[in-house]
Amino acid sequence: MKLSRRSLLQFGALLGVTIAGGGRSARGGPKNILSDDRMGVLVDTTVCVGYRNCEWACKKAHDMSTLPIETYENRDVLGQFRRPNLESLTVVNEFPSDKPIPIDVKVQCMHCDHPACVSACIVGAFSKTEKGAVIWDSDKCIGCRYCMVACPFQIPAFEYNKPIQPRILKCDFCVHRTANEEKPACVEICPVEALTYGRRHDLVKVARERIRKHPARYVDHIYGEHEVGGTSWLYLAGKDFKKIGFPRNLGNNPAPGVSESIQHGIFAYFMPPALLYALLGSIMWMRRKINHEESASDGKP
Amino acid sequence: MENHKAQPLNRKYFTPGVWVLVALAVNGLIFLGFRFYGGIGSVTNLNQQYPWGLWIAVDVAAGVALAAGGFTTAALGHIMHREHYHDIIRPALLTAMLGYTFVAIGVCIDLGRYYFVWHPLFMWNGTSALFEVGMCVMIYMTVLYIEFLPIVTERFVGRVHLPGLFKVLNRPVDSLLRFLDRGLHKTMFVFIIAGVVLSTLHQSSLGTLMVIAGPKMHPLWQTPILPLLFLLSAVSVGFPMVIVESLAASRSFGLKPEMEVLGRLGRLVAPLLGIYLAFKLGDMFIRETFVYLNEFTIESVMWMLEVVLGVVVPLRILLSRKATRHRGWLFTAAFLVVVGVALNRINNFIVAYTPPYAQARYSPSIGEISITVGLIAILILLYRFVVINFPVISLPDGSRISPAKYAIRGAPS
Ligand code: SF4
Repeated sequence: MKLSRRSLLQFGALLGVTIAGGGRSARGGPKNILSDDRMGVLVDTTVCVGYRNCEWACKKAHDMSTLPIETYENRDVLGQFRRPNLESLTVVNEFPSDKPIPIDVKVQCMHCDHPACVSACIVGAFSKTEKGAVIWDSDKCIGCRYCMVACPFQIPAFEYNKPIQPRILKCDFCVHRTANEEKPACVEICPVEALTYGRRHDLVKVARERIRKHPARYVDHIYGEHEVGGTSWLYLAGKDFKKIGFPRNLGNNPAPGVSESIQHGIFAYFMPPALLYALLGSIMWMRRKINHEESASDGKP
Repeated sequence: MENHKAQPLNRKYFTPGVWVLVALAVNGLIFLGFRFYGGIGSVTNLNQQYPWGLWIAVDVAAGVALAAGGFTTAALGHIMHREHYHDIIRPALLTAMLGYTFVAIGVCIDLGRYYFVWHPLFMWNGTSALFEVGMCVMIYMTVLYIEFLPIVTERFVGRVHLPGLFKVLNRPVDSLLRFLDRGLHKTMFVFIIAGVVLSTLHQSSLGTLMVIAGPKMHPLWQTPILPLLFLLSAVSVGFPMVIVESLAASRSFGLKPEMEVLGRLGRLVAPLLGIYLAFKLGDMFIRETFVYLNEFTIESVMWMLEVVLGVVVPLRILLSRKATRHRGWLFTAAFLVVVGVALNRINNFIVAYTPPYAQARYSPSIGEISITVGLIAILILLYRFVVINFPVISLPDGSRISPAKYAIRGAPS
């Protein structure tokens, strides 16, 4: 064997440098800007009466097929528990309440401040924009559906029946409208103003104020203020959020937290893999030397 | 020990068993046709609640774990430089190479946009565990092919006989092979170490995958040490897989099983399994998840099956020196470990996954099962083809003394 220790070390060093060099750009995935001026929507479920105009407006704004708006007056569907899906990016569900009027809850992507989908997506197809929207880039997506596995609110939907270019569909916070200083379609159409669009920081203050003024009307909790590290969409309600369709035991830590710290632990500047490589290399070299000497003393070739 | 030399097996390819595999493969391919014609939804039970199913759990997660024989034997034979194990390195390498190829194919079948499978090479997301798994698997697969090249050059150097018109290429191809052979001779150790490092990385990151699902995963499995558990279980399933495969191959080809080497391997498994079990139970006690075992649910039953049948029982068998010398016991123990790790992957990716708005539990469709079974059948058919035509399996060879000449190029011989 013509392997010298020097060449082994050289290879190790070379590999370490290459990997470490690659590492820096690998960590430059989609950046989470989290501007102080990011926008949000405050959903006041005590105001919502379940007109479902938002569902219609959403479809119109996203070129999705829809029945005429009059058909949305049918209140039967409110009773079925529905989820956002390929046909509608937002839905309104109704829950019984202790008060005479039932509770109506609009559901769509929460636009997390620390989105699991952004952290998880293998190619960085998801990103959180400066304005607060979590959006998906069709040009990058490979259709692995890891974003769906990651999402704590079970929001992204996938076009399973398309053999070519299936899409991930979810509320995009009407980025095409807000770019032109228009409000999101659902916010604009709501006849009872159950939805308020504004800076997230301001909305939190508005929500606090409402709770302070009407303590009997609301439970003292702004859903989304702290859940999974905060979301752009915030909710007020007169009933425990767990009983009106919100996921249980999510906690207040950002959803990608644990996973990301593991990833960064294993890949801190690519040192651990490089060290492992060096370690294995030296074991290999030493073991071979020992074997070589043994067989030499045995008089074998 | 007798002197063994890896050589192509002189056997007929087609036997009744092979025809059964061919039938299974064809059945799988038919369903595969539907998948590409009608989309993933046309053959699977996947839906908006359950984005991942049998294909990710078995073809990908279990596939990667069961291909761990490649890096564990490489570490033992090449890095720890234990000569007795050289005979099993090639079969293990072949399984790993074919295994990873099928993982890659499995991924492509499951990807909605399979034609963009190369995207991660250029679009990086360093925070994504899946990105890391993807990159490592791609690089490792290349490394495996490189590690296998010497077997090809050994087979064909000086024996290139291209038919008809291609005759003129005989010489260039031969010199190319010779050139490769020489180059690989000097550099193979780089790839071998890289293979072990890459395996350690992605075997563990495969566990990190489900961490981000957080409360969507049943507490019996959801733990921040998932990556460690995945790595430990992959390390302990490597040798059992080699044992199962070697015993199965020797039966199928009518060879004398290498009980001496395999028994030694089997004895190495016990401490590895023990460490895995210790971490698994330790984690359970720290997080106090044993309370979930009191309930009689699919989750608790599957957990018990996975741990008792797949870890405790084989561990007990392998701790007995007598059992590791006995072909039947050794096979049983190794097979149980393989089943246990496969079950663990299925549990982690399917059974544990409980999305907040699930309507009905996911179970795989006939189409999904057919495609997975078909892929496994093709894998075995390819394995058979390669060992019949290439020098992979070692046979006693009195005339030549050559302890796995190419197994570690550049090793002192
Ligand atoms: S399905 Fe698309 S968007 Fe979702 S994680 Fe995979 S590549 Fe990213």
